[in-house]
Amino acid sequence: MANPATLNTAAASIDAVGGMLDGPQGPKPRKRFTRNNIIIYGTLIVVALYYLLPLYVMVVTSLKGMPEIRMGNIFAPPVEITFEPWVKAWSEACTGLNCDGLSRGFWNSVQITVPSVVLSIAIASVNGYALANWRFKGADLFFAILIFGAFIPYQVMLYPLVIILRELGLYGSLTGLVIVHSIFGMPILTLLFRNYFTSLPEELFKAARVDGAGFWQIYFQIMLPMSLPIFVVAMILQVTGIWNDFLFGVIYTKPDLYPMTVQLNNIVNSVQGVKEYNVNMAATLLTGLVPLIIYFVSGKLFVRGIAAGAVKG
Amino acid sequence: MNDLTHSVEIKNLDLYFGAVRVLQDLNLTIGKGEFLVLLGSSGCGKSTLLNCIAGLLDVTAGQIHINGKNVTWAEPSERGIGMVFQSYALYPQMTVEGNLSFGLKNAGLPKDEIAKRVARAAEVLQIEPLLKRKPAALSGGQRQRVAIGRALVRDVEVFLFDEPLSNLDAKLRADLRVEIKQLHQQLGNTMIYVTHDQIEAMTLADRIAIMKGGLIQQLASPDEIYNRPRNRYVAEFIGSPTMNMIEGALAGTMFSGALGEMSVEGYPFDGDAPDATPAVLGIRPEHIASGSAAETMPIRLDSTVDLVEPLGSDTLARVTVGDSRLWVRMDGQISVHHGDPLPLGFEPARIHLFDKATEERL
Repeated sequence: MANPATLNTAAASIDAVGGMLDGPQGPKPRKRFTRNNIIIYGTLIVVALYYLLPLYVMVVTSLKGMPEIRMGNIFAPPVEITFEPWVKAWSEACTGLNCDGLSRGFWNSVQITVPSVVLSIAIASVNGYALANWRFKGADLFFAILIFGAFIPYQVMLYPLVIILRELGLYGSLTGLVIVHSIFGMPILTLLFRNYFTSLPEELFKAARVDGAGFWQIYFQIMLPMSLPIFVVAMILQVTGIWNDFLFGVIYTKPDLYPMTVQLNNIVNSVQGVKEYNVNMAATLLTGLVPLIIYFVSGKLFVRGIAAGAVKG
Repeated sequence: MNDLTHSVEIKNLDLYFGAVRVLQDLNLTIGKGEFLVLLGSSGCGKSTLLNCIAGLLDVTAGQIHINGKNVTWAEPSERGIGMVFQSYALYPQMTVEGNLSFGLKNAGLPKDEIAKRVARAAEVLQIEPLLKRKPAALSGGQRQRVAIGRALVRDVEVFLFDEPLSNLDAKLRADLRVEIKQLHQQLGNTMIYVTHDQIEAMTLADRIAIMKGGLIQQLASPDEIYNRPRNRYVAEFIGSPTMNMIEGALAGTMFSGALGEMSVEGYPFDGDAPDATPAVLGIRPEHIASGSAAETMPIRLDSTVDLVEPLGSDTLARVTVGDSRLWVRMDGQISVHHGDPLPLGFEPARIHLFDKATEERL
């Protein structure tokens, strides 16, 4: 019996060419509305709306006048847009005896945050660099003690710090608060920097030593230019952490020097007079604006930093 | 201390990492202009030794002299060495020019001197068109050239290479190997070169130091290492495929083992031939003659081909003799197949005998 396969070889080869052209070719088509996509995007949209709703209510309320708010439709967009509450929150709202709004707290917070961030990152990055590259006797123990500091609850240290600052004559001043923030940032930042510097190729450090560079030269000329990403991460951590801090601000300063968060609380929680919801909303948004801007601006920087740091190819 | 025929002298060097003794009472003298290769598998202490010479690791005991000066406590930059690393270790944010001049700036050299030296190094290594580029814009071979250039501009006596070619692909590695050899001929510097690649070691070295467990197993010329390995470790480390090893016993000039009895009359014993001792006989695959060439050999065997690896230039065949397996290297034009009978032969002058217990050469 003849094998059909051998008989049909000629025909089959023509068929094969035709079959190849007919069959799937090129990129596989992707359906947009599959069940998975609908579930995933549906869930994401619902969750996003859920989280964006309060923000929407805050923005909308802050743009309404008090009569409109009293009507009770909190989801309704403002009929008549007014920036009055924002101005009031910034420069007129009263806390205690002062009636110069949040602006005082804003400048206090700037004066607290900027030096604290710079100081803590400067010290922690050198700490991390020394711990990663210049192994000294007892480095591991030193590091362990430092990290242990991250696990001690703040509350334990509040009162001792009050005494220390009082003895130093810094209690109730911005300088004192800056020192407190810098110290409390140390464990986590040092850990962050040490791990980053450890991940940089060790041979780079060795090469720099053979090239005759010393401790500071290697730090400033070799390590620092390669570390933009980790500096941005540290900055985000510190700026948001210190800006949002309430506890230390309330304990280690006095009413004149309260940071923005404390002042916000005093405005929103004031008991006398009418509750001005629109001013409260505006004040809250103003206070949250700084961390928000930091996220937006440094997010871009962060990506660029990672791309620029490529060592190997 | 002013014996300037020696470039680098290492005396009784000991190094501990915690309780682990990484280098053991090591002595090594390297002549001026010599190319010394430190060869060994990973963890043998070869890179550690190089780091000690460079001053990147503190030694536990012993001394290091470079150019007649005791540099045991000196900073790496003061030792008169240049170093090339496996990962190139170029400063990523600096241009090639910046990379080359960084060390010179640190040394406080005048600007025109720096420019002169960078230009000379760039010319020697043919990297002039790359001077303004960043390392990220260079290929692997170019990067390694810049890394060599960084050692070159320092105008030092001793070059240290820490597996400089291991990150490159095979073809580039062969090219750069030739370039390094040429550079050495051109400059006449002392070079200490760490590698785990025996081909690099054999082709580049004036002398090879084979290391294992922090000890130098043998320090000799490539020729000597290949032809007269001092112990079984060295014999098996050098050569690819590795030397065939047959265990047995030596009685006078008769060796009896898995391949049967054979006379080793004519073997150049290191000392007096022992009367009777358990021994290991080694024969390199390329020293086994096969086919008709085997007929003239004093020692003859009959084997069956088990597995064939054609390489083009050579053909490697794994053959069985009784229960033993041997590797044989044959001419690439010979065609053999699984199951073919293959007559083998070799001469006693080409074999290696090792004491079974001490693994030292007999």
